[in-house]
Amino acid sequence: MSAALEVRGLTTQFSTRKGAVTAVNDVSFSVQPGRILGLVGESGSGKSVTGFSIMGLIDEPGRITAGEVLVQGTDMRSLSAEGRRQMRGRNVSMVFQDPMMTLNPVLRVGDQMAMAVRVHDKVSKAAAWDRAREALEIVGIPAPAERLQAYPHQLSGGMRQRVAIATALLHRPAVILADEPTTALDVSIQGQILAEVRRLADETGTAIVWVTHDLAVVSSLADDIAVMYAGRIVESGSAEAVIAHPRHPYTRGLIDSVPGLHEPGRDLPQIPGSTPQLANLPSGCPFRPRCPRATDICATIPPNTGTEAHSVLCHHPIEAT
Amino acid sequence: MTDPILKIDGVSKRFTRKPGLVVRGLDRLSGRDSTQTVHAVNDVTLSVPRGEVLGIVGESGCGKSTLGRVVSGIYAPSAGSVTLEGKPVARELRGNVDKLTTRVQMIHQDPFASLNPRMKVGEIIAEGPRIHGLIPAREVQERVRSLLEQVGLEGAYANRLPHQFSGGQRQRVAIARALAMQPELLVLDEAVASLDVSIQAQVLNLFMKLRRELDLTALFISHDLSVVRHVCDRVAIMYLGRVVETAPADELYAKPLHPYTEALFASVPTLGTGRAHFHPIKGEIPSPIDPPKGCAFHPRCPLAGPRCKTEVPRLVNPKDNRSVACHLHDGGTGAETGAAA
Amino acid sequence: MPEIVAENIAAVPSAPPVETRAERLRNFWSDFRESWVAVGALIVIGVLLFLSFGAPLVSPQDPYDMAALDWLDAFLRPGTEGSGGYVHLLGTDNAGRDMLSAIFYGLRTSFVIGLSAGALALLVGIAVGLTAAYFGGRIEALLMRIVDLQLSMPAILLALVLVAMLGQGVAQIILALVVAQYAYFARTTHGAAKVERGKDYIEAARSTPLPTHRVLFKHLLPNVLPPLIVVATVQVASAIALEATLSFLGVGLPLTEPSLGSLISNGFKYIHSDRYWLSIYPGLALMVTVVAINLVGDQVRKVLDPRNSR
Repeated sequence: MSAALEVRGLTTQFSTRKGAVTAVNDVSFSVQPGRILGLVGESGSGKSVTGFSIMGLIDEPGRITAGEVLVQGTDMRSLSAEGRRQMRGRNVSMVFQDPMMTLNPVLRVGDQMAMAVRVHDKVSKAAAWDRAREALEIVGIPAPAERLQAYPHQLSGGMRQRVAIATALLHRPAVILADEPTTALDVSIQGQILAEVRRLADETGTAIVWVTHDLAVVSSLADDIAVMYAGRIVESGSAEAVIAHPRHPYTRGLIDSVPGLHEPGRDLPQIPGSTPQLANLPSGCPFRPRCPRATDICATIPPNTGTEAHSVLCHHPIEAT
Repeated sequence: MTDPILKIDGVSKRFTRKPGLVVRGLDRLSGRDSTQTVHAVNDVTLSVPRGEVLGIVGESGCGKSTLGRVVSGIYAPSAGSVTLEGKPVARELRGNVDKLTTRVQMIHQDPFASLNPRMKVGEIIAEGPRIHGLIPAREVQERVRSLLEQVGLEGAYANRLPHQFSGGQRQRVAIARALAMQPELLVLDEAVASLDVSIQAQVLNLFMKLRRELDLTALFISHDLSVVRHVCDRVAIMYLGRVVETAPADELYAKPLHPYTEALFASVPTLGTGRAHFHPIKGEIPSPIDPPKGCAFHPRCPLAGPRCKTEVPRLVNPKDNRSVACHLHDGGTGAETGAAA
Repeated sequence: MPEIVAENIAAVPSAPPVETRAERLRNFWSDFRESWVAVGALIVIGVLLFLSFGAPLVSPQDPYDMAALDWLDAFLRPGTEGSGGYVHLLGTDNAGRDMLSAIFYGLRTSFVIGLSAGALALLVGIAVGLTAAYFGGRIEALLMRIVDLQLSMPAILLALVLVAMLGQGVAQIILALVVAQYAYFARTTHGAAKVERGKDYIEAARSTPLPTHRVLFKHLLPNVLPPLIVVATVQVASAIALEATLSFLGVGLPLTEPSLGSLISNGFKYIHSDRYWLSIYPGLALMVTVVAINLVGDQVRKVLDPRNSR
């Protein structure tokens, strides 16, 4: 089965006063239909920029300088701007952290969703509204016909995000990129949306890339995980393997930092230092200044020392058990 | 249990939005009242003994942040009182809040907005104690330096501006600023929510260390259940302005009593291996402007009975150190008995 | 290999210092320099300031010293030599005044009035805007209603009325201009202050608790100043134009005090009779000054815009 989304060697740079900053550095991964890939990282990891790069939403002073983004086999980078516009919404769509980045506050929900339908398909307005209603049903919104008549500000945050997800689904894209869509929502609402998303991937076969910093969400939602640090993927594999047997010291440190796994009141294992400053990365492995396992050889970029199924970019990976 | 130093007694905080002049005139003519009132905090009673860290947990609209601000003296309560060792924290003076004590200090959520961008970090820390005469002038510099070191930063950083620090470092500065005032009580309002996970661990460790060294008393407001479990002795769960349950942290997480607490714990994904089965709470969080009648949680509660729709449950104590506001646990009639009139 | 374990809270290495004040100024200047038009305008303003404040030194004649004037020198064309033995580069007016000197002195008045009125209006506007934003409630409603009312009236109208009441003279004009212009500063200050007031650091300062005046002047005010710089440059230009208008209309400075407006007004009757130089050159000088200040202010606004991600 060919991959719904395949990213090869993606590199995105921003030019700043201090020179070029590489936000995404040689990132490669693939997602099969119906699978959910969790892209995990903290500030400066490049996870959001990766999502925007895949969608072709990077503007000056940023540029994609290398790599291929294959959506159902077609390289987005080789297309013209118009070609990319055709793909967006139809073959690959995106859900943002703030649903108001998707929703226009002065238009009714039905109107904007119908517009989104008719951009790619020449159908009547009535037919477009019908499709919009269907999409709202798929994401589990009760009384969808009424919701279509509402303006975004009349809906709660969770509802708006569901509408944004429904909008992303209008053309049944092969790939959906979700950039921290539940981070700003309440815990109980997040639970509802996660359940819907999982059901969606299972039932419609959509491939989903879920960008987040929340390890708990990713461990319960995703099939596969890729961990990013300073623009690179430092570890990737199945969610089970990466969470239960992390091989990169950063992943291990990240998992250890979560309070839930430790006895209350005791000091949490912590990763020393601060999150990386992309303008000022050390040579070699970007995690080196904070890594307890670092040695001299870490001054060179580490190769993939893991397996095909569970890769890790480290000179001294933690032993596989 | 040692004597409580913080007493929150029947505190309510209402925010009213008065409509504009024109609408008010129309209201007068038609006999309506367009004033919208939000009961952000509704009849909350809590007490915190010295040396305890009390966690306040809830989702949007539960009132935890507002409660934190009332305790810090930023808002004056609409009803009830907040006292620290018997003395009130703030009072209303000509429509403005007059904070009466320096003994309660707050640490805010957003490290990028809680420090004056135009003041050096050392000045920020020294300002309060200097103005209140807590430290003699010639000792100020030394004290700032030692505070910075105590929170894990170098003393030389006193001359830097906030934008030269990362989020986690700014929170450390905020902690130093609070400690410089030698407070009896710290209020941490989602103090680690904006931080990356790895930095959050650092700041939590710092807080626990300082708590041990200085025997701090604190109110830890958060939406993150696992963080609260880790650092708090006791936890209070809030929903739509009311406290629905309080208990020692380990007992609460082992056996929650209130249906909301139970549902909340079940709906939060935890870090474990394998894809979990999700158990979301059904329904939306109601708006605090128009809360449901009776028990605010009844529309979403799987165990709701007729009484829950009409009667607001009161906080009762099924055990000495636990309290819960739910008809199912009021030691008698349960949820079936409808209210009399 | 050591595992990552809990360790003592070690000192956290800080991010390298991002920008010191000197670097920020340097960055500001290099951003500003990107517009050669603005740099040109800045140079022009510099030259004008020098010529106007150095008027007594650089002018061939003091046009307001009655003793130095000679009726015989009236209406000399630009480039003609006069009885004083020097060339009148821009000609002379009906009283024999050297136009070039008159323009220098006039510019001096323009700058003095424009800068003082601007500075005073800034102070009054900040006071009103800060008070309204900090205290809120009825005080805010009252103050901002007054400000709104004023903003809905053309400044020139307001200035005319005030000058009619106060009479002529430098101090009266400055007062009229301040009353006419403080509203722009008040509104900008109020807007910025409301935004900052909602931020946590103000709340933290209040809940220390710090006295109100300290919160206002040490915390709120310094963070509200940046947008005011832009407004200030534009308002100075506006004040200069307003004063010239008033003088042109005859209700500003009297003819015995130098003003570009009154020069223009004085020469107005001759504009169709081939003696263009009495009005045109003062008019050009006024226009160049106002446009240059606006161009500089525009570039400053662009550079200070927080959306400028550099």
